[in-house]
Amino acid sequence: MLALGLLVVVSGAVGSVAVTTTQAAQIVIGHLVPGMPWMSDGSLTPLQDQAVWQFRLPRALLAGLAGAGLALAGALMQVTVRNPLAEPYILGVSSGASVGAVLVIVFGSAALGGLSLNLAAFAGALGACLCVAALARKDGALSPTRMILAGVALGTLFSAITSYLTISTSAQNVVSVLFFLLGSVSAATMSSLTGPVLALAAAVVVAALLARSLNALMTGDESAVSLGVDATRLRGLLLVVASLLTGTVVSVAGGIGFVGLVVPHVARIVVGADHRRMLPVTVLGGAAFLMGADLLARTVASPTEIPLGILTAFVGAPFFLWLMRRGGAERAGFGR
Amino acid sequence: MRVEFDAVTVALGGRDVVRQASLVVEPGTVVGLVGPNGSGKSSLLRALYRAVRPRRGACRIDGRDVRDLSGRQAARAVAVMLQDPPTDFDLSVEETVMLGRVPHHASFGRDTTEDVEVVADAMRRAEVTDLADRMVATLSGGQRQRVMLARALAQQSSVMVLDEPSNHLDISHQHELLSTVRGLGRTVIAALHDLNLAAQYCDRVVVLDGGRVVAAGPPRQVFTPELIRSTFRVDVRVLGGHDDPVFAFRRLDTADDLTLAPPIDLPAESSISS
Repeated sequence: MLALGLLVVVSGAVGSVAVTTTQAAQIVIGHLVPGMPWMSDGSLTPLQDQAVWQFRLPRALLAGLAGAGLALAGALMQVTVRNPLAEPYILGVSSGASVGAVLVIVFGSAALGGLSLNLAAFAGALGACLCVAALARKDGALSPTRMILAGVALGTLFSAITSYLTISTSAQNVVSVLFFLLGSVSAATMSSLTGPVLALAAAVVVAALLARSLNALMTGDESAVSLGVDATRLRGLLLVVASLLTGTVVSVAGGIGFVGLVVPHVARIVVGADHRRMLPVTVLGGAAFLMGADLLARTVASPTEIPLGILTAFVGAPFFLWLMRRGGAERAGFGR
Repeated sequence: MRVEFDAVTVALGGRDVVRQASLVVEPGTVVGLVGPNGSGKSSLLRALYRAVRPRRGACRIDGRDVRDLSGRQAARAVAVMLQDPPTDFDLSVEETVMLGRVPHHASFGRDTTEDVEVVADAMRRAEVTDLADRMVATLSGGQRQRVMLARALAQQSSVMVLDEPSNHLDISHQHELLSTVRGLGRTVIAALHDLNLAAQYCDRVVVLDGGRVVAAGPPRQVFTPELIRSTFRVDVRVLGGHDDPVFAFRRLDTADDLTLAPPIDLPAESSISS
């Protein structure tokens, strides 16, 4: 029911983007279902059609995908390292992606063998993640504490590289870099959605199949093993899934912060920590949150646009703190 | 199910903490593992529930090496009542007990009516039904231990492993726990600190010292003053009858006691009043 409620919010966010809500809905439906009368009777201008179908819709969809993906990746990372402070970027994925993206921005795509910004960011994300996994490995097992420490240390190192590159480049490039670091979905096209769609779909399937095992892992490795769940293997799998998902999202939408940390906690406050209930709420909630945030990002200060990462933190942090203080938060383990 | 430890050696951090330990637990019996801290009780048990791989030897259930079973098969055969699990992300009592059903399902899917009934029954036996909606982190140590017992019961395994199960329990719940476990008719292996509890509820006790099995058998044959003195470094007096022994312990009289400084002479009365 809650999921349905959130879906309504989601569709509301999509609809209100348009010139009028009805027209937007007409355009979307008209493109999906052939033979709708309003597409050819001249009631919609080509400009309206273009604005909704080629600009606003992909953007809203990317926001939703990125939100869902980051929230899911955050929830998975939190149980993987069994730490409420974990988020999708804890293993240095975003700082790795930033290095890749900033290299392209500063030196140009040609200098890097024609690597596009998105691909370079993706490569950076995976590279960072592989480094962390290699460093955290001992006796064939990934230690959660070592994962966090290696991630933080490498993240700092990568940030230093990014900062150096940023400060030593031209002013115009600095703006591009900042825009990437803070995250944005403004460059979305229908074709840029493919990666996130695939990664999210795969991650959702894996997460759904593993939901019970995740509950077991949450209570500790020893406990998981006694319940027949191979903690080491599960942690490795989760690491791969969460990193691919995060890397894909970051390479398209930049380092949008806060969603991955907070949405899973909100979901736990609302429905408890059982992953079978918490994961669906996390995915839908993440999508709704980021769609809403993007809507605000381009309306609040229009015609200028606020980077999405600023908005998510600006709106999300107070909301989360309010929720945390409000009681009922014991369900998320904030009782102590 | 018959449980067999066959010359199990477990190494932790390069040191052998269990050495060549062999013992057999017959189906339906309650066996107590006793021994001082660091004697290897927990490590031996961990080898059985696959939390650690023996360096040598094997743990077998009905003749099959537990390492040859899948995780879920092993967890359906052996349930573990663990000590305090971490509660960084907290579950309710009922959700925690429901974890006992994890090995019975493919990972996906809802709880069946059978799951719900098994969990309700387990919570009743462990006396945590009233706590069903409480979050585990808000419970006392003893309540948590009863929740972990309920979880292990919900696992419906034929072997139950209890690692120092009576730690946080008050005296009535200690007896409640052990008689509940005894009444199950399952094969039970429990690491116990309290020798009186072990003597009262175990068919057999196995004494570990320095990672080796130093004695095994019915409690009243094993728990001799000589063995207790050499293993636990305490003096013991056995009270009560032969079939219902009660052990009273006191610290060994060591050489230290004899070399204590003589009592200090009280100062003269005049110096106190001044």
